[in-house]
Amino acid sequence: MPRVALTPEAADVLRGLRADHGDLMFHQSGGCCDGSAPMCYLAGEFRTGSSDVHLGDLAVDEFVIPVWMSAAQFEYWSHTHLTIDVVPGRGSGFSLEAPLGVRFLVRSRLLTDEEL
Amino acid sequence: MAKYAAPGQPGSVVTYRDRYDHFIGGEYVPPAKGQYFANPTPVTGENFTEIARGTSEDVDRALDAAHGASRAWGRTSVAERANVLNKIADRIEANLEMLAVAETWDNGKAVRETLAADLPLAVDHFRYFAGALRAQEGGISQIDEDLVAYHLHEPLGVVAQIIPWNFPILMAVWKLAPALAAGNAVVLKPAEQTPASIHVLMELIADLIPPGVLNIVNGFGVEAGKPLASSRRIAKVAFTGETTTGRLIMQYASENIIPVTLELGGKSPNVFFSDVASQRDAFYDKALEGFTMFALNQGEVCTCPSRALIQSDIYDGFMGDAVERTRAIKQGHPLDTETMMGAQASNDQLEKILSYIDIGRQEGARVLTGGERADLGGELSGGYYVTPTIFEGDNKMRIFQEEIFGPVVSVTQFSDYDDAMKTANDTLYGLGAGVWSRDGSVAYRAGRDIQAGRVWVNNYHAYPAHAAFGGYKQSGIGRENHKMMLDHYQQTKNLLVSYSPNALGFF
Repeated sequence: MPRVALTPEAADVLRGLRADHGDLMFHQSGGCCDGSAPMCYLAGEFRTGSSDVHLGDLAVDEFVIPVWMSAAQFEYWSHTHLTIDVVPGRGSGFSLEAPLGVRFLVRSRLLTDEEL
Repeated sequence: MAKYAAPGQPGSVVTYRDRYDHFIGGEYVPPAKGQYFANPTPVTGENFTEIARGTSEDVDRALDAAHGASRAWGRTSVAERANVLNKIADRIEANLEMLAVAETWDNGKAVRETLAADLPLAVDHFRYFAGALRAQEGGISQIDEDLVAYHLHEPLGVVAQIIPWNFPILMAVWKLAPALAAGNAVVLKPAEQTPASIHVLMELIADLIPPGVLNIVNGFGVEAGKPLASSRRIAKVAFTGETTTGRLIMQYASENIIPVTLELGGKSPNVFFSDVASQRDAFYDKALEGFTMFALNQGEVCTCPSRALIQSDIYDGFMGDAVERTRAIKQGHPLDTETMMGAQASNDQLEKILSYIDIGRQEGARVLTGGERADLGGELSGGYYVTPTIFEGDNKMRIFQEEIFGPVVSVTQFSDYDDAMKTANDTLYGLGAGVWSRDGSVAYRAGRDIQAGRVWVNNYHAYPAHAAFGGYKQSGIGRENHKMMLDHYQQTKNLLVSYSPNALGFF
């Protein structure tokens, strides 16, 4: 059951980031300031472990981008489907897209009974 | 005065430069790669200055300057360092209006708050750490008749500080004052959303600080923050922000085996017991204001009381009054001293808040007031404004569990004390909390039972120096705002001295 998806606009940004940097990953953040937002890193830059949940993979052309979240956070998020979008913005921890003047953003909807 | 002129306009108390470079080694130096980024004011969305786009080359240069200065700075007398801090405080105080307007223009918050809170607290913070440093003592422990342990404080050396955008000057000062007092040299990276006001401060105090002791490298997290936080040439990193970056910074720190202090936010419960409403008096009025504190700084506070828990038997009446109080919040031009709530700090922050209002509605939470972007008209139409929003729902909903960092409070009821504590502690975070009761015993027990580093009892959002501030659970590591923060920026040197003339007899 897919839990994550991507808007076409976000996919375009990811194509550019992959061309510039290489393989990518997302880790959904919590907490203050730039928190509650998806962080995009070079694959492997952020070390995931047993305290993380692999939410799914985003396919952009022939490459895939895994999306992760801390397991504790997932307990509160598990009933929602996440679509990664992009908006004009600035700043995002160490996420790769910030210098482009854009910011990844999660849009959510409730999972349906069938999806659950 | 009703409204300050905007920076750059005739009569303004502050003028921003067209461009800011990095401040390294006591002077402004352009970025190695020659790139800059535009900086808009959240008030109107218009760009007002451009900022150096730092890279690892600039970070290295700043670290060179810091290492060049740290040894001499660390060996100054405590009186000398305390005097520098006091002079900085005096200088800020003498220019408080200018800095307050600069801060409002960069961040979007109401000037009422920068005048009454951000800048006065910054002044006091420098003075507090000047005093704390003078009064700090090491220790002497007599192990036995002939063996004495001397414990002395030594600076760490060169430390990295990554500053958030919600209180650009005050959060920098929270980190700078103890670090400088303890004798460290600093490389500081401001948030890229609010990179300008710190330079107004820096230019104001540059002559008071020896070159290289305080260096500012601007830029994006991935381009400037990461090379700084992962550098092998820092002795510590301090960060305020969110959990994923916090983990990444700990990961870098683990590679270099250096300490971190982290402040990573919260989802703070504000608990109102039924005796709050037993009388309609000054205390009841104070409690209603305490509820409304979720709108302070547009909700962009790590300790925003973003979950209000109200005892069921007073719920309807209390919420009626609370909604009325919230609707009385005056939104308007942030430079107008009558304005209570200004602009969100950035467009992406605005978008994120709106996305949470959307999921809140989808999850079935009821909007009691607000719930939309605010168009304040005229030049403010391009700015980032949200109406103060009250949701009524259930603690399992995402709007009760995630830090929205906007003027949004999620409200629910509790039946009794145990129910209140269960809901209050049902969160990943533990930074702040509020407890309101006329019964001192109940308030004390609740304050102890809530798993948070700061519990305000019968008040909220006070941040005096000398009251430790920091998180339990996933809200971070370390305590700011208190003399114990000196320890976070110091090594402990133990000299273990034998006064015995005799060999042990082992060999």
